[in-house]
Amino acid sequence: MIEIENVSKSFTLHNQGGAMIEVMRNATLTVEPGECVALVGPSGAGKSTLMRMIYGNYLAASGAIRVGGLDVVQAAPREVLALRRDTLGYVSQFLRVVPRVPTLDVVAEPLLAVGRDAETARNRAKELLGRLNIPDALWGLSPTTFSGGEQQRVNIARGFAYDYPALLLDEPTASLDHTNRAVVLSLVKEAKARGAALVGIFHDTPARAEVCDREVDLSAFVSRDAA
Amino acid sequence: MTPLLSAAGIRKTYGAHIGCTDVSFDLFPGEVMGIVGESGSGKTTLLNCLAGHLAPDVGEVIFDTRADGPRDTVRMSEPERRMLARTDWAFVHQHAPDGLRMNVSAGGNVGERLMAVGARNYSDIRQQASDWLGRVEIAEDRIDDRPTTFSGGMQQRLQIARNLVTAPRLVFMDEPTGGLDVSVQARLLDLLRGLVRDMGLSAVIVTHDLAVVRLLADRLMVMKDGHVTETGLTDQVLDDPQAPYTQLLVSSVLQV
Repeated sequence: MIEIENVSKSFTLHNQGGAMIEVMRNATLTVEPGECVALVGPSGAGKSTLMRMIYGNYLAASGAIRVGGLDVVQAAPREVLALRRDTLGYVSQFLRVVPRVPTLDVVAEPLLAVGRDAETARNRAKELLGRLNIPDALWGLSPTTFSGGEQQRVNIARGFAYDYPALLLDEPTASLDHTNRAVVLSLVKEAKARGAALVGIFHDTPARAEVCDREVDLSAFVSRDAA
Repeated sequence: MTPLLSAAGIRKTYGAHIGCTDVSFDLFPGEVMGIVGESGSGKTTLLNCLAGHLAPDVGEVIFDTRADGPRDTVRMSEPERRMLARTDWAFVHQHAPDGLRMNVSAGGNVGERLMAVGARNYSDIRQQASDWLGRVEIAEDRIDDRPTTFSGGMQQRLQIARNLVTAPRLVFMDEPTGGLDVSVQARLLDLLRGLVRDMGLSAVIVTHDLAVVRLLADRLMVMKDGHVTETGLTDQVLDDPQAPYTQLLVSSVLQV
């Protein structure tokens, strides 16, 4: 489902003396449907960078990243947008929303985007918000004023609202209490069971051991001269 | 899929000065493209060339018309271009009074555009105008008031209602949130996003505000001195800018 082949990435800082920072060289990995792969390695190994390159947020310098057959590195913006709508989800660590939009609509939006009717989308949103223990009283409010943990859970509900065939998880259990952590892990297992391909960053080692099938250490792909 | 709007090699000069040059892109149905750059970078000149307000010196602007398919709007007759501007296109000016008739009531401002495309039944027109005022959150009892009595944010929302009432397919916006308070901006952005999604609009938005394009635009075009320096997915251009100028622009934004 996700095939990463010889991907390299460097950042050129034109306004800081043209410094060039090489962060990754020839990264290669494949994720099958129903599989969860953990990206591991010390801070700076390029875990978040690789996730962002898969999502098309960062531009890979070379190589290919195929998600459901589409090479994100070469794809036109509208192809990447269609991929994000229909195929590839991303649970990031930060919730970025338009002010004033109610939580329920924030969570239902990915379903509306793929053409589900408003009723179905809202019911699914309610179900997820309920499972993640967001009190009903907050559903009609914008999440911009919520606590960090609540925002994180809204973000997770949004990420799992639609059944993406491929899903990226950036520390989904960070800043969650024990009960909610268990809910998130069961959501991840359900996604695997329906055949989704998952790539995740988990600093929570027991969580990683519980849901991930294997680990890929990205420090193997850091260029020698940079390390 | 046929692009809704396709620009090829647009160039506009003012004497020896370059307004914009060598601009080409395809905009597909439902896409929102942002054009960013500092003042004088040519973004407004480009927008005016695309919307038929200025004739480019060189280049084509192909629009996929409902009746005849793709047509070059630069070379079509003035009446044809004006018909497009009244039906399939909308233009939201930065300064709302430029896009409104200030001595005509709010309802009249919205109704006028309907009448321009042939609506004649008074109660239908008033009903639609009232409906649109509601959608842009202007109280129904203000329908007979003139825009001169409205706040800046309300005038801007009225201008949007006037533009969208005929269900255009392509909206051009020139700094739609410029000059508004941040709280009013947020409300307007939320409104625009909802309208773009619900009506399946395509839009070209010129702004110097990167936060606005992050929320509204799918794609971004960065301009400097009349040239396009970078294009791509909005979050990719903002999070991983490649060109020196884009890096400078993104890193110059003050964090709140």
